[in-house]
Amino acid sequence: MINEIISMNGYGVYVWSAFSFTLISFTALYFVTKLQLSKEHIKFAFKFGSLNEEKARVARSQNINREILSNTSNI
Amino acid sequence: MFKYFEPNKIFATTSKAPKYVLFLFIVVLTIGLTEALILSPEDYKQSDAVRIMYVHVPAAWISLGIFTSLALLSVGSFVFKNKNFALIAKSLAPSGFIFNIIALVTGSIWGKPTWGTWWAWDARITSMLILALFYGIYLLAWRIYEDKEQVVKVTSLIAILGVVNVPIIKFSVDWWNTLHQPASINILSTNTAIHPSMLVPLGIMTAAFALFSLLIFLMKYNTELIKVKNKGLDRL
Repeated sequence: MINEIISMNGYGVYVWSAFSFTLISFTALYFVTKLQLSKEHIKFAFKFGSLNEEKARVARSQNINREILSNTSNI
Repeated sequence: MFKYFEPNKIFATTSKAPKYVLFLFIVVLTIGLTEALILSPEDYKQSDAVRIMYVHVPAAWISLGIFTSLALLSVGSFVFKNKNFALIAKSLAPSGFIFNIIALVTGSIWGKPTWGTWWAWDARITSMLILALFYGIYLLAWRIYEDKEQVVKVTSLIAILGVVNVPIIKFSVDWWNTLHQPASINILSTNTAIHPSMLVPLGIMTAAFALFSLLIFLMKYNTELIKVKNKGLDRL
């Protein structure tokens, strides 16, 4: 059974390389995108941390900034 | 209507959605791979080589769908002067490009056992390669141009010009003599050349690929929104 799945009637090398290429591309794109997202989160947290009290209060008044900050703490 | 889709309002949703989409993607992909690699029957002519269809066809469909969306969003960006359209288009493009590359590479792998060659300058394959070039130029333009107004105009133009190639890809197998087989599925009719035992895994794999492109889109879109907010902090 397992040998049949691996050999695929002699087409195994084609079938498995097509599926492997697809899954490797998915994994690479997922991790590159995740890395870019994490970098922006960290950059945001750093910039937010360097704001003075008044500017931080203004920035925090926006919902989206509060959301980003709360998500950053989960990274 | 567009005010409901403003980044400030939807970020709470788009930032939480990826984990659920990732979970759903893994579940659907696992079912799809089991169906595609183990449960679905082999083809009477192509034998097990037909299984490559389960990654090749959904990848091609989704790359075409995403490029059409880029063009529509670009038109929307011009007509409604809404910057969010450009941001959505920019976030969709990377997964569309990857799906285009997957369709080309898996098509090439499928070509070897069925046609006896890795590559042929056939109408369908060449037009798909041209689509990949449009995707490449589109993504490159976002990196090259720094001026926001200019980059939106240039990328919109690339998407609108490139979408002309989409019907060429679709009908290339009817208009020219090609190695590539004609369309086996017509979404506008119930008449399909594929048996349900192969159609079901194809549908599941298409759903899995669509979920993956949604996942990447959401992550990219959140990245772009945070970039915008980072610039906003600089201006404070």
